[in-house]
Amino acid sequence: MAPITKPSEAELERRKIVGINKETVTDVTSTDFPGHYPGEDNSWDINTFANGFHVLFHQNEQFEASFSLVGIDASLANAFRRILISEIPTLAIETVYIENNTSVIQDEVLAHRLGLIPFKGGKEGLLDFLKWYRKPGPGEDPYSTTFDFNTVSLDLNVECTRNPAADPETESDPAKLYHHANVYAKDIVFTPAGRQSQYFEGENAIAPVNPDILIAKLRPGQEIRLSMHMHKGVGSDHAKFSPVATASYRLMPVITITKPILGQDAEKFARCFPQGVIAVETVTREDAARDSAYEGHVGEKKAVVKDPMRDTVSRECLRHKEFEGKVKLGRRRDHFIFAIESTGQWDSDELFLESVKTLKLKCKRLEKQVVNMVR
Amino acid sequence: MAPGSRPQEASGDATMEDAPPSHQPTAEEVEEGDGVGGDEMDADVNYEEEEEEEPQRVKLLPGSTQTAASFEFADEGHTLGNALRYIIMKNPEVEFCAYAIPHPSEAKMNIRIQTYEGTSAIEALQKGLRDLQELCDVVAEKFWTSRNEFMGESTPQPQHV
Repeated sequence: MAPITKPSEAELERRKIVGINKETVTDVTSTDFPGHYPGEDNSWDINTFANGFHVLFHQNEQFEASFSLVGIDASLANAFRRILISEIPTLAIETVYIENNTSVIQDEVLAHRLGLIPFKGGKEGLLDFLKWYRKPGPGEDPYSTTFDFNTVSLDLNVECTRNPAADPETESDPAKLYHHANVYAKDIVFTPAGRQSQYFEGENAIAPVNPDILIAKLRPGQEIRLSMHMHKGVGSDHAKFSPVATASYRLMPVITITKPILGQDAEKFARCFPQGVIAVETVTREDAARDSAYEGHVGEKKAVVKDPMRDTVSRECLRHKEFEGKVKLGRRRDHFIFAIESTGQWDSDELFLESVKTLKLKCKRLEKQVVNMVR
Repeated sequence: MAPGSRPQEASGDATMEDAPPSHQPTAEEVEEGDGVGGDEMDADVNYEEEEEEEPQRVKLLPGSTQTAASFEFADEGHTLGNALRYIIMKNPEVEFCAYAIPHPSEAKMNIRIQTYEGTSAIEALQKGLRDLQELCDVVAEKFWTSRNEFMGESTPQPQHV
């Protein structure tokens, strides 16, 4: 076998870039596999991976997080993203028992709307205490599998009445004319059962994340009386169980100015990009001394790349003649800028961690399965 | 061979009929396996501890040899398929690895592995699953360290069952 060679840093860097041209893209797929480049190793090694991988946080709020994963393959970044959307369990309204609904909104539409409301509650109760609900089989008692550790029950009882304090002659706002003209998520009442009163006490009570979600509108004489059961579920079953509003990534843009863009062109070039991506600076003596292309242009304006992360890669700059051959656009294949927006049951940073753990658990289970298969 | 005609005697070649499209048990087979048992089981007492034995979800597809095999994963999709394909392709002992979802309405994912001599496809699959677990540990660890640095905290990784 040929001796193992190591490519230069510049070559490795070049391989990471996806080229973006006016109408085409180049070098889209990863090539870091054994046997792809003769004489190179490229085989899986956990230490090599650990040395090359790092995480950069851009924002970390309770319901919104943004961070970069650098040095990981798309197949894995995508696995994490897919798990975030469809495999992390949350608690949501699954069954609605309608006793009376005289509102204009139909039973089934009302039930669907209720299902989509995101709820929050004590972490310990949600994650450790609550277990999966198993649907009773045919012939089984419908409540034989309903327990305090897998079902959370809620009530919604509202009746619209006239407000005697409001004058119908001068007042036209239904919210003031009537009591309960609007039914909001905050009208939903949590009714703890069994050990739930310990786990979901006070601050930890099961409640809608946003109390002002409008559920229905009522007029005097109309009422909604119903109770609901919540279960744990996953996004692949129904989107209401998805813990994220969005979970997406994009690749880090790369802008390379190959020949100086000077004077008026520099201003125009900056306008081809979102604000803050390109800065216009003055050519200094040092620039001229360092790069012969700047010679004789000291004091003129020049375009420099300031913050490529903010670029949308619109390719606008490639449409103008004056920039032809002066700029190269691309994206970094192994730099994923994640954006995770939680619906409120989980913290957004915990969500990503959970997706990594879910993938690990999946592999662990399947490893056992493979052993079983061989037996 | 004319369409519709069948070989008169069994030759060494496999026909379409020999190769089942799937190795998962059919609906009837499953039903035969476990009837509506558990009549005597006290649901209330056993429910909570009930750690159900997982049904076999990985199958070796027919026609496999030591170094070249196809595996069928029930209830898995692109999430695991592509990740596993990547990590198995990173194994220098592996000549070829690919995954497919033969039909979108069947929750099944197939992985094909062909290795060089001296190892086996099953070994490559096991190594892939192990490597993926190691990778997850590194990612989780680095993610949380970076998160703590950003927040100026030293919160330990949240742990729960």
